[in-house]
Order: sequence, then structure tokens, then C-alpha cells
Amino acid sequence: MTALSALLLRDLRLAVRVGGGAFIGVLFFLIVVTLVPFAIGPDLALLARIGPAILWLGALLANLLALDRLVAMDLEDGSLDLILTARAPLELTLAAKAIAHWLTTGLPLVVAAPLLGLLLNLGPEATGAVALTLLAGTPALTFIGLIGAALTVALRRGGLLLPVLVLPLTVPVLIFGVAAANAAITGPLPFGTPFSILCALTLASVVVGPFAAAVALRQALD
Amino acid sequence: MPPSADTQTPARGPLMRRLKAHDVACTRGGRRVFAGLTFAVGAREALLVTGPNGAGKSTLLRLVAGLVRPEQGRVEFSGGDPELTLGEQVHYLGHQDALKPSLSVRENLAFWTDFLGGGASKRDPLAAVGLGGLAHLPAAYLSAGQRRRLSLARLIAVERPLWLLDEPTSALDDAGRAVLTDLMRAHLAGDGLILAATHGPIGLDEVRELKLPPA
Repeated sequence: MTALSALLLRDLRLAVRVGGGAFIGVLFFLIVVTLVPFAIGPDLALLARIGPAILWLGALLANLLALDRLVAMDLEDGSLDLILTARAPLELTLAAKAIAHWLTTGLPLVVAAPLLGLLLNLGPEATGAVALTLLAGTPALTFIGLIGAALTVALRRGGLLLPVLVLPLTVPVLIFGVAAANAAITGPLPFGTPFSILCALTLASVVVGPFAAAVALRQALD
Repeated sequence: MPPSADTQTPARGPLMRRLKAHDVACTRGGRRVFAGLTFAVGAREALLVTGPNGAGKSTLLRLVAGLVRPEQGRVEFSGGDPELTLGEQVHYLGHQDALKPSLSVRENLAFWTDFLGGGASKRDPLAAVGLGGLAHLPAAYLSAGQRRRLSLARLIAVERPLWLLDEPTSALDDAGRAVLTDLMRAHLAGDGLILAATHGPIGLDEVRELKLPPA
């Protein structure tokens, strides 16, 4: 257990220090969401209607931005070789890395979402709904991304392939995340139905992600 | 004739540590790197893997560490912890130093010590490799030789029976080499095993050599 907490702590430290890029995701999120009113124009009713979808799309893309550092950084400097000779199971090691990644990339997005909701003319209730769905849904984005990050590590310049590989897999999370947020704002569906599916997607990816990523890494290193 | 090293070790009880490779072959990227490789290393022994560039020295070390799968043959380690795989009982010192530039020297070492499951070592590993005064410096500011020394500190911070050293003397000055030799002597004296890929002498007196033929 000390091994995994040491890894978690190291990844958190790396993310917040120089060159770690912990807040790049939030800045990107801010820029994407700010661009939307410029592109669509000052139609407040329209902005409020598509606001949850914009926030979700922004979070999805921002989450993607830092994903290629999740495993690739450790491959480049040789840390991955040592990680593979450690006694901690590779699955748990990868899960710890994904948790650290979510804490430094996903969680700031959740915190920033209510602020950005103001830019999109979202009411307090809608903002709360979006933040809640992001809180429940962004771990799924990270753990699905973990699979892609592990898969692309073996390929030269694999980082470019990562978004193409990961984005299609995140479609269900996007659908149910936005559906739950919209259900809370306009109905007619009860909020609970899509929200429980979103939670189920997150739980499933948290379980499947580390195992799939570990298999991919073991194959990749051959 | 497949390359092989003689296998005599003084018997010293049933739990003697011993690394045995039997008829190992490896193919990388469709190219046969080596084949029919048989050797053994016993406790208190160091085996130097030599050969021209591209002969497969690094590949052999990675194979023993479990980072590359052999195409045929097997590598076994006896006398170690039966609960652990071979890869979990080795120290792999590769070309890359596995250091994070934004972490300090002490943080880098502390992380690997915790992560690789190190016990409390008798002496301060940083002082032992001559980095005692630089503990708070970010690793980004270390020279190549100092980075190497920090990697060496990992070897003594965490105790593992088999050391796999890939060009361990690279970037080290004379004092650094002397430190390395001392560490290796102490490791061998504690029933350790060393497999080192190198082009030159590494300062140990009695070592056997495994010559890999040109690929």
C-alpha cells in the first residue's frame, strides 16, 4: 500500500510542479467554453439551452489534452521499466496513476464548471446539475483514457493517435452526462435515470480500465 | 557453438541463490538477436556480458528483468523469495536514469525506495554515492554523472538479490567508478549476484565473461 500511495503522491507532485501541466486542462476548458458565445452570438436562450452540452464537450477535450502524459512520460525516462519490476500489481499501479491524473485534471474541471456556467447563461440549478454530472462522469473519461494511453505507448508518436482512439469510446459517457444535466434542467425524464447510467459507466470503466491498460502495456513492451 | 559461461559455484547449502538461463533465444523486430544462450550465475558472482554493438547485451538484461519475453528457452532464479517473480527480485539499471527533473534528489530516491519496497538501509544511500550535499536540488540540475550516481543510490536503498547493470560506468568519473566498485563488492559479499553489460572493465577482480557473438 505504501508503494501505491508513494506513486500517487509522486504523480500529484509532478503535476503541480514546473512543467507538470495540472492547470493546462482548466485553462483549455476556459478557452473552449469562452469561444462558444463568440461563435454563436449573444443569443441568451440558445446559450442556456446548449450550455450543458458545451460544458461537457469542453471537459471532454480538456481531459484529453493531458492524457498522453499519463503513461508516456514514464516510458520516456525509463520509469516504466522500474515500475514493471516493482512488486505492486501493474493494474493497481495504473489505477493509482489514473486517480492522480483525475485529481489534477478532472477535479479542477468540475470545480471550474460552475464559474463557466455563468458565461453560458446557466441558472444555479442547471449549473449544479452540470457540475454534479461532471463529478460523476469525468472519472470515466480518465479511466477510458488510461486504456488508450497504455495502448499508444508502444507506438512511435502514439500520442497523436490517442484522441482518435479514445474519443469514440467516450461517446456513451457524453450522451448520458449531457442527458442527465438536461433532464435536471428541462425534463421530461427524471434526473435519476440517465444519472445512474452515467454512474454505472464510471464504475465499469474504473474496474475495466486498469486491467485493460495493464494487458495493453504488457503486450506493448515486447 | 552457442556462447556459454562455465557454471561452477561452490555449493553452500540448499538455498543458494542461482540464476540460470537455458537455451535462450530472442528476436526483436523480426531480427534474431541471440540464440542458444546458456549461462548461470551463482551467489557472490558477477558475470560480465560483453560483445560488439548490437550483439544483444541490453536485450539480454531486459529479458532477465522480464521486460522482454524470450522467444524460446527459460530463465530461472532459485534460492530467492518463492512468492516473487524473477523480475520482482532484480534491480534493473538501464540506459535511462528514471529520474523526474522537477523532483528533488531526495524525493526521487524516496519515491523509488517506497515504490520498489525498500527497507531501512544501514547508511544514507545519497551520502554513499557522494550526493549527500545535493539532496534538495531538483534532479533537472544534475549532470549526467550525478544522475548516474543517483541511480546507483537506488541499488542500495532497496535490497534486491540480482543486479542487472547496463553500462553502469557510463558518464561516471574515476571517483564515481570507485563508488560503483565498492557498491558491487559489498553486494557480492552479501550473497548478491551481478549481471553487467559492459565494454570495459568494471573494477571487480574475479569476474567471468559471457561473450555474445556479433549479430
